Amino acid sequence: MGLRGEAAIVGIAEWKPERRPTAPPMFTLEQWAQLTREALDDAGIDPSEVDGICATNIRESDSFVPSTITEYLGMQVNFAEVVDLGGASCAAMVWRAAAAIELGLCNVVVIAAPSWPSPRPPNPPSGPSSWRYGASSANYGSPQAEFDIPYGNVAQNCGYAQIAMKYGAEYGFDPVALAKIAVDQRVSANHNPAAVFHHVPITVEDVLNSPMIADPIHMLEIVMPCVGGAAIVVAGKDVARRSKHRPAWISGFGERVLHKTPTYAEDLLSTALIPAADQAFTMAGRSREEVDLISVYDCYTITVLMTIEDAGFCPRGEGQPFVREHDLSFRGDFPCNTHGGQLGFGQAGLAGGMSHITEGARQVMRRGEDHQVPDADVAFITGNGGLMSEQVALILEGD
Amino acid sequence: MAAETPQRPLPTPIDRTRPFWDGLRERKVRIQYSPSSDTWVFYPRSHAPLTLADDLEWRDISGEGTLYTYTIARRPTAPDFAGDEPQVIAVVELDEGPRLTSTLVNVDEDRIVVGMRVRPVFEDVPETDTTLLRYEPAP
Repeated sequence: MGLRGEAAIVGIAEWKPERRPTAPPMFTLEQWAQLTREALDDAGIDPSEVDGICATNIRESDSFVPSTITEYLGMQVNFAEVVDLGGASCAAMVWRAAAAIELGLCNVVVIAAPSWPSPRPPNPPSGPSSWRYGASSANYGSPQAEFDIPYGNVAQNCGYAQIAMKYGAEYGFDPVALAKIAVDQRVSANHNPAAVFHHVPITVEDVLNSPMIADPIHMLEIVMPCVGGAAIVVAGKDVARRSKHRPAWISGFGERVLHKTPTYAEDLLSTALIPAADQAFTMAGRSREEVDLISVYDCYTITVLMTIEDAGFCPRGEGQPFVREHDLSFRGDFPCNTHGGQLGFGQAGLAGGMSHITEGARQVMRRGEDHQVPDADVAFITGNGGLMSEQVALILEGD
Repeated sequence: MAAETPQRPLPTPIDRTRPFWDGLRERKVRIQYSPSSDTWVFYPRSHAPLTLADDLEWRDISGEGTLYTYTIARRPTAPDFAGDEPQVIAVVELDEGPRLTSTLVNVDEDRIVVGMRVRPVFEDVPETDTTLLRYEPAP
């Protein structure tokens, strides 16, 4: 069952995340065009070869997203996909593209996550924005609107803090180990010129002295919202072989989707990643020991801790000593989020989730420059949407 | 001009869920039960989760339970809750099994422990028909 590993990431476009945009706003469709062009240029593939796209929402149209994009780009495709899995969307798009290519539906798929601000309409509609409650839906009839939002249970800090508190009640809580995740990743960010915190080192004390936002989560354990954008090109074997770089073959994946609000989890400490990671490793025929680096969704430090456990790199409940015993930086013995993670690189909307894929691919392509893991051949990647409840695992490999 | 008080978001009951909210108004916790699978259900639905049985019926319960997890929001989780911080945002596991979102009231921060017994507090929202279900430590 699964992929044969005959599709690869061959091109990358990634805009440097910024806390405040230094360039003018761009419509999502314009971003799609620019990102697609940059990613295809990077791969050395002509736009006329594109025959598939994977998208998330765009500002200009609430529905008919793929055809709006293909029309704007002047493309005709055999595979047109929209994915709506929050922070797991980009990873979910990667395996869908690989599967479509291996099925013979298409040969060159562009996946984009435009996350740059769009121009505001001259007469903006009045009333609260639909993002007033983050990812929580205030729509009429929404269970969250009726049973969660009125109590202040609004995504995302609250839910991740509840998960971390439950983790602590079950396994004990080691704030220094959690802080060390942010610190080790920051070391990698300090070696990545594209990272928003490239010039800002931090210590465990800095993390623990930063304001408590929602117990037990400190400010420096939370991603910094940014603007940016990213795209990748996934291609079949023949195209990949003639592309410019060493391809990053997609050899395994798993996907698991549970609930939206942590309140309704069957077991808050049994995340959707457990089956997703197992499936990815089985499909790729790889063991945990063969992984050279992990590039895993890190909206919060607790997310990384539970990901390390639930992906099977250490037993459940033993992540905190594991983190204390290993160096998670790009030069360490357990490289984790070698671009700095979203904690150090910045979270530019859905492009934040894409950054784990671009970094995993870059490492396998040996394009990591100052933060390259020596001889990186196998990368384990996750996308995490909702509150640990939408999980996608990917394995990328070099030749 | 006086600073505007933030508007707290209130539930808008739908026909399906109204018995729950009407129950709170009467100081009762009323949730759904599916006889075919002998399971309790919250939040209210049209069909029982997993079995999709359409035999859900309303039953009154004590509303008591245990604290499954919580956080103390030191910053407002949305602009609407400005001034309410710190808010103890809780997940309560009812004795019947289902969990619900609530806030803990009448409790010292230092006394909050995951797994503690909690009981309902019915809070009528002034100038509305809404009663919210909050929780406090059971004696």
